[in-house]
Amino acid sequence: MADKFKWTRKHLLGLRDFSRQEIEYVLDTADSFSEVNQRTIKKVPALRGKVIVNMFFEDSTRTRNSFSIAAGRLSADVVEFTKKASAISKGETLLDTARNLEAMGIDIVVIRHEAAGTAKLLSRSINASIINAGDGYNEHPTQALLDVYTIRKHRGSLDGLKIGIVGDIAHSRVARSNIYAMTKLGAEVTLIGPPTLMPPQVSKLPVKVSYDLDEVIEHLDVINMLRIQFERLASNPFPSKREYSRFFGLTDERMQRAKKDIIVIHPGPMNRGLEIESSVADGPNSLILQQVTNGIAVRMAVLFLVSTASK
Amino acid sequence: MLVLNKEQIAHAIELMACQIINSIDSQTDIAVVGIRKKGIYVGQRLAELLSKKLGRPIDCGSTDITLYRDDIHDPEKVLQIGTTDIRFDVNDRTIILVDDVLHTGRSCRAAMDCVIEFGRPAAIRLAALIDRGNREFPIQADYIGHHLEVRPNETVAVSLEECDGTDEVRVVASN
Repeated sequence: MADKFKWTRKHLLGLRDFSRQEIEYVLDTADSFSEVNQRTIKKVPALRGKVIVNMFFEDSTRTRNSFSIAAGRLSADVVEFTKKASAISKGETLLDTARNLEAMGIDIVVIRHEAAGTAKLLSRSINASIINAGDGYNEHPTQALLDVYTIRKHRGSLDGLKIGIVGDIAHSRVARSNIYAMTKLGAEVTLIGPPTLMPPQVSKLPVKVSYDLDEVIEHLDVINMLRIQFERLASNPFPSKREYSRFFGLTDERMQRAKKDIIVIHPGPMNRGLEIESSVADGPNSLILQQVTNGIAVRMAVLFLVSTASK
Repeated sequence: MLVLNKEQIAHAIELMACQIINSIDSQTDIAVVGIRKKGIYVGQRLAELLSKKLGRPIDCGSTDITLYRDDIHDPEKVLQIGTTDIRFDVNDRTIILVDDVLHTGRSCRAAMDCVIEFGRPAAIRLAALIDRGNREFPIQADYIGHHLEVRPNETVAVSLEECDGTDEVRVVASN
């Protein structure tokens, strides 16, 4: 009988310090919840009576709704907090907001914020479990977990896979978390994009770097396209959208030169026609919608696991 | 201390199969669902036997009750969550839950909660390879392979070839 691995993390702040075993444990747990999501009644009583607050200071379609649905399927109660409709507009601080919600009795906070380190700050300030749903340019751990879960479900394992992450790496918390998750699971990661969008000191990360997508695409088993985040770019990192798309867009033509069974993933939302052509996004190699479906199972696993570690 | 060897385990499962067949009409629509880990293998053996004796295939599935346990938030417990596998219709059928050891009755309660998520069975029956008494819930087995008198500080350790390489039942002192 296998050794019983005990989950001890009360929070999910990022994947940088995760062991391979911990990541695989989350993915194995997500398998169980994938089965629940196939049932007619997609509900289990595991988190009955627990209160989960979705605290989103940035807009979100996938992550927020995914956490809501995941919490509901675990029979938890969900409180939706949106910055725009809250007392933040009256000048209330983040910590005061969190402490006030905690005084109402909450168990888990799922937080997305534009400042890096927000989730960590909260974890030191209140008693609830904290799940990082994206903090500035730092990490977006549940996105990376669902990305590797999707790849694993399709291929069995990430060991030895060549994975390319393409786009605005410097400003991507998804890229950062994926670098950690994918390399810890044995994949070889190549960051691809214009030099203006590569993080400084990228050589310190356990990855390869390429500024030429055409040079590397035929070697890739998985290609992870990132959105160009116009809302975040203060500078002009490339001359025009058209030029970016010409050099780094995932087009039909580039797909012809890629491996036949290359997997295409994207965290969403997509700029169709910019970083990815519609025919590719909707094509047979794309697992983009599976990512979203798998996101529910992975977030159920994360919510469940952090709640088991809380005392 | 060894209490059942390989032949005795086979005999106990055969006994349960006969009890089941004697209690139903020959055409009763039955399906087997094994509980947690070892109940799965006992369930598979039982389903195979029933299938041979009744001359028709018997649906067999399994339930992982981790998400339905009443001690799910006990910080001392190390939970190993597995997957429930019930691919057949449970509506209007007699579902036979199978466990290796029936003790407090809590596992059976959890298993029933899981099965009824899949539909409305006509009936749920419980088959236990070993009944060691000391129930904490008002649950009794309908079919029993073997009764054991066991002290509260003792554990009934079931080993099965499918997962442990050998068939035996031992009573050991708990830590």
